[in-house]
Amino acid sequence: MTALLEVKDLKAYYGQTQALHGVSFALEQGGITTLLGANGAGKTTTLRAICNMVRTEGEVSFEGRSIRANPTESIVRLGFAHVPEGRGTFTTLSVDENLRIAAYTRSDKAAVKRDLEMVFEYFPRLRERMQQQAGTLSGGEQQMLAISRALMLSPRVMLLDEPSFGLAPLIVVDIFRILRRINSESKCSLLLVEQNAALALELADNAYVLETGRVVMSGPSEVVKNDENIRKSYLGY
Amino acid sequence: MEQFLQQVVSGLANGAIYACVALALVMIFVSTDHINFAQGEMAMFSTYIAWQLMQWGLGFWPAFFVAIAVSFVAGVTIERVILRPLHAAPVLSIVVVFIGLLAICNSVAGTIWSYLIKEFPSPFPKEQFGLSGLVGAHQFGVVLVTLVVLLLLFGFFRFTPLGLAMRAAAQNPVSARLAGVRVDWMLALGWGLAAAVGAVAGTMVAHIVYLDPNMMAGILLYAFAGALLGGISNPGGAVLGGFIVGVLENLVAFVGNLIEKWTGVYIIGNGEKLTVALIIVITVLTVKPGGLFGRIAVKRV
Repeated sequence: MTALLEVKDLKAYYGQTQALHGVSFALEQGGITTLLGANGAGKTTTLRAICNMVRTEGEVSFEGRSIRANPTESIVRLGFAHVPEGRGTFTTLSVDENLRIAAYTRSDKAAVKRDLEMVFEYFPRLRERMQQQAGTLSGGEQQMLAISRALMLSPRVMLLDEPSFGLAPLIVVDIFRILRRINSESKCSLLLVEQNAALALELADNAYVLETGRVVMSGPSEVVKNDENIRKSYLGY
Repeated sequence: MEQFLQQVVSGLANGAIYACVALALVMIFVSTDHINFAQGEMAMFSTYIAWQLMQWGLGFWPAFFVAIAVSFVAGVTIERVILRPLHAAPVLSIVVVFIGLLAICNSVAGTIWSYLIKEFPSPFPKEQFGLSGLVGAHQFGVVLVTLVVLLLLFGFFRFTPLGLAMRAAAQNPVSARLAGVRVDWMLALGWGLAAAVGAVAGTMVAHIVYLDPNMMAGILLYAFAGALLGGISNPGGAVLGGFIVGVLENLVAFVGNLIEKWTGVYIIGNGEKLTVALIIVITVLTVKPGGLFGRIAVKRV
């Protein structure tokens, strides 16, 4: 199997501060990969670096072609959907408008409509909230909306930045169940950043553990999950 | 009573102009957090372009639409060429650029067309109509044209995908980019639209205030007062604020004249209209900084 997304020796900078010191990993077609690590390990920065939202060096290639120098908008148009930290809701727009703006780049109206139905099937609650101002949604609903916006892009790869953050455990379970469905039904590869390592390892095929901007270990989720040393030293549970 | 109504209606006509300029200010403010001090001078320049076209033999309406189109392109160009390179610059640098832009527009217009005051034609018939000549035709026309422009803009922002993309880009640029929206072009487009709306205001008001390079200086202040009053972050509020300021300044003068007639003491009159605008600015900023319909942006520092 060839890698859909390949990241090699990726470095990222915020001003003078270097946040990533050469991160390498791969995401397989249709696969689910998770990046784990403590606060400040560089997980969010890695996702941002893939979408060229920070200054980077190194190599990011999608289907064998380098995309590192592309502006964020054109990376998105290639098939990347980034569900950002903090959900990125358009708070003053309605839920309906939030979903429509996500499909802004698509011209196939019939397919957009199908995807909207799919979104409603995953998250029935959003249908009731369509005319509501998105900023008034609860945290869980905003996370559902963020994932829905990503779905409306009809992406090949979904980058998820802590979808469990700040949500009640029951809602988290719900969202992870839907992420698995999205992966299998939409053939969408997932790159998942999580603090909740146990949950992420349950979902993902492969895991990479980051510490201070470097990959300190990687492997199939099963292996990482069952390695007591890794668990104790990096994942803290 | 009739005089009172007349003052209200003529206030509405002025208010329509302020509403347009206020809207232009707000359109740029919501997407960049900057007040374009050159907005008035840009509108003045557009008005000269319309005047020049009419000198070359074009009718009012062709000149009007060409001037709007030219202003739109000029607005987009100014954003792309002058402001794009400064997108990460501190606020003060941008303010200086705006003031420079103001001075450049003013002096270039003066150099090309001289500082002599010129008459500007009205496209509307001379007769007065309505309640025994209550409404001047030009004033009525100004309100009508303004309302059409505002309605078109509202429709554009509310119902078209591009309008939605512009609102999204203004509200949350990062998320808009992640939806594939080319945010920097949306900003340029906003500048173009603001310049076009300014051109409408300029060509409509020039018949009333006459054409000269300083014609928009006072109007920008009124518009600013209107925008603040309605809420600088709320386009609809700014439009309403513009109308309110227009009516209010006339009524203040009207009441002042009445007082003078009855008591013989001059307290306030036409001369203090601009003062009213400034008082509104100061009052809003101190008492209710968000304006009537705006929200106060809370920032962590």
